[in-house]
Amino acid sequence: MEREKIRVQGLKVEAQGRPVLKGIDISFFENRITGVMGPCGSGKTTLIYAINRMIDFEEGLRVEGHIFLDGEEILTHPNPVEVRRKVGTVFALPIPLPRSVHENIAYGLRLKGIKDRQRIDYLVEDSLKKAFLWDEVKDRLHSSATKLSGGQQQRLCLARTLALQPEVILLDEPTSGLDPISTGKIEEALKELKKRYTIVFVSNNTKQVARLCDLTAFFYMGELVEYAPTDRIFTNPKERTTEDYIRGKFG
Amino acid sequence: MRLDPRTTDRLFSIFFRVHALIVVCVLLAILFLIAIKGLPQLSPAFLLQSPKDMGREGGIFPFIVGTFLLVFLSLLLAIPLGVGTAVFLTEYRREGRLTAFIRFGVESLAGIPSILYGLFGFIFFVIRLKMGLSLMAGVLTIMIMVLPTIIRTSEEAIKAVPRQLRLVSHSLGATKWETIVGVVLPKASPGILTGIMLSVGRAVGETAALIFTMGCSLRLPTSLADSGRTLAVHFYILAREGISMEKAYGTAFVLVFAILLVNLLAYYLMHKAMERLS
Repeated sequence: MEREKIRVQGLKVEAQGRPVLKGIDISFFENRITGVMGPCGSGKTTLIYAINRMIDFEEGLRVEGHIFLDGEEILTHPNPVEVRRKVGTVFALPIPLPRSVHENIAYGLRLKGIKDRQRIDYLVEDSLKKAFLWDEVKDRLHSSATKLSGGQQQRLCLARTLALQPEVILLDEPTSGLDPISTGKIEEALKELKKRYTIVFVSNNTKQVARLCDLTAFFYMGELVEYAPTDRIFTNPKERTTEDYIRGKFG
Repeated sequence: MRLDPRTTDRLFSIFFRVHALIVVCVLLAILFLIAIKGLPQLSPAFLLQSPKDMGREGGIFPFIVGTFLLVFLSLLLAIPLGVGTAVFLTEYRREGRLTAFIRFGVESLAGIPSILYGLFGFIFFVIRLKMGLSLMAGVLTIMIMVLPTIIRTSEEAIKAVPRQLRLVSHSLGATKWETIVGVVLPKASPGILTGIMLSVGRAVGETAALIFTMGCSLRLPTSLADSGRTLAVHFYILAREGISMEKAYGTAFVLVFAILLVNLLAYYLMHKAMERLS
């Protein structure tokens, strides 16, 4: 097994007294794509939002437990901005900032304190290449990002996250709004990227999880039902609910 | 008797078209009247000379300057204050008693007739703070007057910025402040600009509040302590005192087309900026 990057310990989240996550223990490993699957309302997104501290912006939540990144506590980290730089996020829907392609990536770089133009240009190109988008947009770096297609926008969002050189990448159903070809390109990029990152991939598309992820965690009603290597969980699930979900009996 | 649905649709289509037509006709009639009466007065001398004999002769140069100074300075103060208040109400406070109270105050302020702002400005700025009838007192009074418009429109514009955009900005390592400046305000700027243009309109067209606070000196204002006239005040005095209807229409012409020009310019610049942004 590879090195443990993130450890979640007894994570409980309640929204207005209603439990969303009921005491989760799970670890994510370096150079692995870990799939997090489960039906809507199983708490997958909340888990992601806790790891990158986006949970701070949700109102009326009660959060208990610990999340460690390389042994350092994230949940009570005094500087959430620092956490979010280490833990990059790609959201379900592609949401480019209302700026040019170039500026979408440069935005985060400047916030990080990188002022040198050549350095920014280099990082923009580098991250677009890593997201398999460079060839399609290199001639229109300075036109608006909202004019790109949905699939291109999502790869731009990935590039934007990569440019900040995070250690962990969280993807919250990143291909749910994309066509199969765009989805394929994103998956291709992720397989390449896992060589350097810890990747957590949330999806409720079981086939996608099966072909892309090394490890798979199945969440149901705020609980972690089963967590095992993807091969094992898809061929020989231990729990009844996992099997039902994989076979498409509910979801 | 029931009409054929297509006939009904056609009837209502005509009905609403007539409404729109009436509005456009009224607008065109006003512009036409002002152009007919005002255009003959227009000359380089009228635009660039000082008035003589209370405005019967000469030009309106000091009033053009006065209008520009008043609008520019009052908005210079009102925009940061108004947008700042809107940001506070939307980004830094949850909806609660305080926001409800401030919003109620702002809305009440918006409903006050301008003459009352003039009276307040006269009592507070002119007398109490000993500013005298001055550009300064006029600027501060107009600033208060346009604040509600700017706050309300900015607030609506900021609220309309999708929450997801803010989350994206945060996820890229932006603090709250960086998100507001880098993403929220640029995205909200067309709405904020609408509020600003409405305010420019109010400031340019104001007379009652200004006669009480800025006075109606015929001289070119050269400091904040000087009294002066705006074009609207000059027009009002020329017409009201029966000094010169011709010069009054000339002034009105300059006033109306200046507003038109400012509006077109502002929306053109905005359009350009938005093309680059989105």
